[in-house]
Amino acid sequence: MNGTPALLVVDDEQVVRDSLSKWFREDGFLVGTAASAAEALSQLQGRKWDILLLDIKMPGMDGMELQQRIKEIDSNATIIFITAHATVDTAVKALKEGAFDYVTKPVDPDYLSHLVTNALKQRNLANENLKLKEQITEFSKADDIVGDSAQMQKVYDLIQTVAKTETTVMIRGESGTGKELIARAIHSNSSRRYFPIVAVNCGAMAEGVLESELFGHERGAFTGAQYRRKGKLELSDGGTLFLDEIGNIDMKTQMDLLRVIETKQFTRVGGNDIIKVDFRVICATNKDLEKAVAEGSFREDLYYRLNVFSVFIPPLRERKGDIPVLANYFVQKYMRVMGKQITSIAPEAMDTIVRYNWPGNVRELENAIERAMVVGKPPSIKPEDLPYQLTEKNHVLPAGSLASMEKAHIASVLDQNRWNISRSAEILQIDRVTLYNKIEKYGLKKPNAG
Amino acid sequence: MASAINILNASTLEDERLEGISQAVGRVFGLRTYVTPAPLNLDRAFDPSRGQYNSTALLAQLLQAYKDGDEKRIAVVGVDLFIPVLTFVFGEAQLNGIAAVVSFHRLANPFYGMVPDDAMTWKRLEKEIVHELGHTFGLYHCHQFECVMRSSTYVEEIDLKRESLCPDCKSKLVATR
Repeated sequence: MNGTPALLVVDDEQVVRDSLSKWFREDGFLVGTAASAAEALSQLQGRKWDILLLDIKMPGMDGMELQQRIKEIDSNATIIFITAHATVDTAVKALKEGAFDYVTKPVDPDYLSHLVTNALKQRNLANENLKLKEQITEFSKADDIVGDSAQMQKVYDLIQTVAKTETTVMIRGESGTGKELIARAIHSNSSRRYFPIVAVNCGAMAEGVLESELFGHERGAFTGAQYRRKGKLELSDGGTLFLDEIGNIDMKTQMDLLRVIETKQFTRVGGNDIIKVDFRVICATNKDLEKAVAEGSFREDLYYRLNVFSVFIPPLRERKGDIPVLANYFVQKYMRVMGKQITSIAPEAMDTIVRYNWPGNVRELENAIERAMVVGKPPSIKPEDLPYQLTEKNHVLPAGSLASMEKAHIASVLDQNRWNISRSAEILQIDRVTLYNKIEKYGLKKPNAG
Repeated sequence: MASAINILNASTLEDERLEGISQAVGRVFGLRTYVTPAPLNLDRAFDPSRGQYNSTALLAQLLQAYKDGDEKRIAVVGVDLFIPVLTFVFGEAQLNGIAAVVSFHRLANPFYGMVPDDAMTWKRLEKEIVHELGHTFGLYHCHQFECVMRSSTYVEEIDLKRESLCPDCKSKLVATR
């Protein structure tokens, strides 16, 4: 309870007002009294009352009408009727119209004491709940989505349109464009925002692991399953399930997923109990799902079930106008995180940043700025602070043969990803063996550390 | 600052019975405490429709009788007390004032169909006298479980608390002096 609880007694009988105010003052309440509905309404203008004790029969406006007027002013007002003229009809009406309780005079002191205590507890819980919801709304604002371009404005419009619905959303876009941020923005603008958004990276898990991750498992379901474990589907109950890299799941899990999306019920791995869940699905992919459907590696029925509403995030190179805005945003972000007084990007460095192709999109831009903030010196980021692939000689695509362009591009992607072969192969959309072959073919060498 | 506490006997109890309680009450407040007959007309506070006595009316009589003076006064009655909105009260006090009234009618076991236990009744009366006098010293209900200023709406609650003030209420009492 915050401060002294305030209670307003509204009764036309002075003796009742006096007894109740005395009783509650001894309990430490701040007590106000009103002899009529008009006086009560005037008291309500002055301050907020935690509890209102109303008589029903009063000259002029009666307690029932007063309750309606009070609810218009404060819909969360906690009203308790204390009346000498109790009827079932008035009691039902009072409660239907939002009264906390209805008691008849004289009241048992123990009952009245508990009634008011409970009313206060409920009011405090409701207030606390409201505050927490406000905090959640504040925390869940997807403020990492930055961009003023017409393409991004269209994306924002789509987020607003689809967020309020229960529609399944498919987010498309190249790697690093911020698909998960868009999913979180849809969730935080939806009515499900007070429940969790549970993200599952479908591409990062092997077949059996993904199944157990999604559906959970019973104790003893498989070797090593020592405890019952809830899956991501259960954890997302009431909220949103974000399935990232949906194009990478195997056929069996596709079938299981289709069933659970359609029926909203499933059983844990190794279990028999049917578990009902309520979740909204948002998925993301950088793959050509239509091609996967045509090739038979992705179920057509699941594709149609997931692709109800599609949001496409354009790659950074197609919205160059967003690059300075994003770059400055990341400077501010890392300035706060690192506590370093680099407050801007020098014009020549910004020119380099804008002209670069950004195959890794926003993620690559953020990494480049973070690196520049680490190596750079105040007050601004200089061209030499930027990763070398951004510099003039590297970002301009070489003229000449197709092979020379391929070599330069592979070298650039490998450097951007610090020679992480799996990651580079994923960006180049080739398998690792092919990448190794091309590294050998073009005589590419990993730079020495330091 | 109060100079003494006057326990006014408006019941059929012998004054000697209240003398023992009086000493204990005096120790709690650190004031001279004495017992005298009460100049109360109980009939004037009787409500025939309820068969009970209006404690607020009794309090008014006390305030009328003792307009002047710097003593705290508490009347002890054996009749069933009420205030208009409640079914009963054990007592009533003038918050931060000079007078209070307390009844032992509902403090005795036989009222609840239980075996009489005089010692228990008088211990309960002692606690209720201290409680109501506490209000006259400006003390509110206390949330400390065993403090005598904790609100009690049934006798078992009175039995659970001590007959003394908790340290917090004690310090508030000192501050009012």
